[in-house]
Amino acid sequence: MSLSVQNLSFSYGERPVLEGISFSLEKGEFLSVLGPNGVGKSTLFRCILGLLTGYQGCILSGGEDMRSLSRREMSRRIAYIPQINRPSFGYSVLDTVLMGTTRQLSVFAQPQRAQVRQAMEALDRVGAAHLAERDFTRLSGGEQQLVLVARAIAQQAGILVMDEPTSALDYGNQLRILGLVRELAAEGYGVLLSTHNPQHALTFASRILALADGRVAALGRPEEVLTQALVHRLYGVNAAFAETQGGRMLVPLMD
Amino acid sequence: MSQTIQPRGGKTAGARRARACLTALCGLLAALFLASFVLGRYDVPLSQVARILLSRLLPLERTWAPNMEAAVISIRLPRIALACLVGCCLSLAGTAYQSVFQNPMAAPDILGASSGACFGAALAILLGFPRGGITGMAFAFSLLTVALVYVIGVRTRGSRVVSILLAGVMVSSLFSAGTSFIKLVADPSNQLPAITYWLMGSLSGTRLADVGFALIPMAIGAAPLLLLRWRINILTLGDEEAATLGVNTGALRLVVILCATFLTAASVAVSGMIGWVGLVIPHLSRKLVGNDCRYLLPASMLMGAGFLLLVDDISRNLLTTEIPIGILTAFIGAPFFIYLMTRRGNVL
Repeated sequence: MSLSVQNLSFSYGERPVLEGISFSLEKGEFLSVLGPNGVGKSTLFRCILGLLTGYQGCILSGGEDMRSLSRREMSRRIAYIPQINRPSFGYSVLDTVLMGTTRQLSVFAQPQRAQVRQAMEALDRVGAAHLAERDFTRLSGGEQQLVLVARAIAQQAGILVMDEPTSALDYGNQLRILGLVRELAAEGYGVLLSTHNPQHALTFASRILALADGRVAALGRPEEVLTQALVHRLYGVNAAFAETQGGRMLVPLMD
Repeated sequence: MSQTIQPRGGKTAGARRARACLTALCGLLAALFLASFVLGRYDVPLSQVARILLSRLLPLERTWAPNMEAAVISIRLPRIALACLVGCCLSLAGTAYQSVFQNPMAAPDILGASSGACFGAALAILLGFPRGGITGMAFAFSLLTVALVYVIGVRTRGSRVVSILLAGVMVSSLFSAGTSFIKLVADPSNQLPAITYWLMGSLSGTRLADVGFALIPMAIGAAPLLLLRWRINILTLGDEEAATLGVNTGALRLVVILCATFLTAASVAVSGMIGWVGLVIPHLSRKLVGNDCRYLLPASMLMGAGFLLLVDDISRNLLTTEIPIGILTAFIGAPFFIYLMTRRGNVL
């Protein structure tokens, strides 16, 4: 199931946030969205997730306008992996992942054995099956993020949308989550992920969408579009590239 | 696949524990229910209580005095049944409000549902409405206050938990002032005592007809909540996250708030304002079975029923004059609320 954003514009009142955004996301692709704070990455994601509908242009999933789909149908196509936050009430990890299977259930139904199996398989996929009985709120940040990825897997949607999933994680967990997401893309998920760290996009993503001033500043393969000029335009930082045995590294040049 | 892949019977240890708790609560409530018939000025032994109750279902030989039957069936049964129903509904409503507002401090009294219902009832009494009109007004104003609190809370900047609580305090005091004004202008010979009875909250003088009267709106409020209990879990994640999981959050939230308000209004309409049950019991239930509404809702119903029954037993037996139950629940509830607010590591 592909996702296609066509000429998307959005404004909060008089203030335009996004103007003429177009791109598409295919199965197996890891598209990383870059841009400075306040450029509209979250607004773009909220439009794609159907949480904001007052936009111009259209967002197509499998050729159908997202605005014409029910919540349930949307959740069959796109799964959202939020940043870890502090939930009001704690549930067990298994129950948290089970919530991802809700779209399969009729309104009055409760998860059955089949859903429990899917949830456990999803936990197993992210290597967190041993956490199933734990209280979600008592996990470390890295573990919580893994569980939220498992919830999205249990949702069985073709596209994963992640809004800065690594911002609350330590260095090691950032890399492990992004590595996992890259594997999921290789397994056939279409991944749309925003990040504050261009190095992450360079190392893990298959394509980059760079936003500046509400417009697309660059769209393409990381090694082609992520240039010194683009880094300067997005972040006002002078940087150089270094080729290392771990791949291409972005090195900031501080005065 | 590793051993953890299939929790036994598809249930985690937490779920098995919750089920065991529910079974135990059922047993405790049944025991308390029977024991409550024995308590009272007129002595009826437990064996006779059981026989009198069974005689309603089975043809049994009358081995008891007519006075005993009158005490058990006409006086104690309605009151015991109503205590259970009201406790069950108030704590179910509190649990539902907490989930919908993602706020562990939400409760029928905190959100103004109770004071709104009291205002509506007082107004209806002042205007000389019949009984159905009083319940209807209690319900309408209950709904109005919750809607007001919600709208104000959402529009206020800052932490939503705190702003909804503050909005609840403000709207409640507004309606309390309204109620006081009504008391001021009410006829002191008949209207004022009726209004005062509501505000104190009491189950005394309950007739079997009252129980039947309360049962229908309570069932209407409780059934959808129980049916929706898995989805109510999802609402606690917040609107946006819940929506991306395929839940129609707007409609679900509305249904849950309506049902919880219905339960509150129905309870207040028959028993007056009995505070704190809807806050204390949901919290104790969460401690016991966790936050999963699949177990939490039934647990808070059972615990609420048992709690109010116990408090009512105290209220009618502790002193020679009856203590209005609303006063007793406040004595228990207010300190508990302070404990919740000051407990270390509490999220507020």
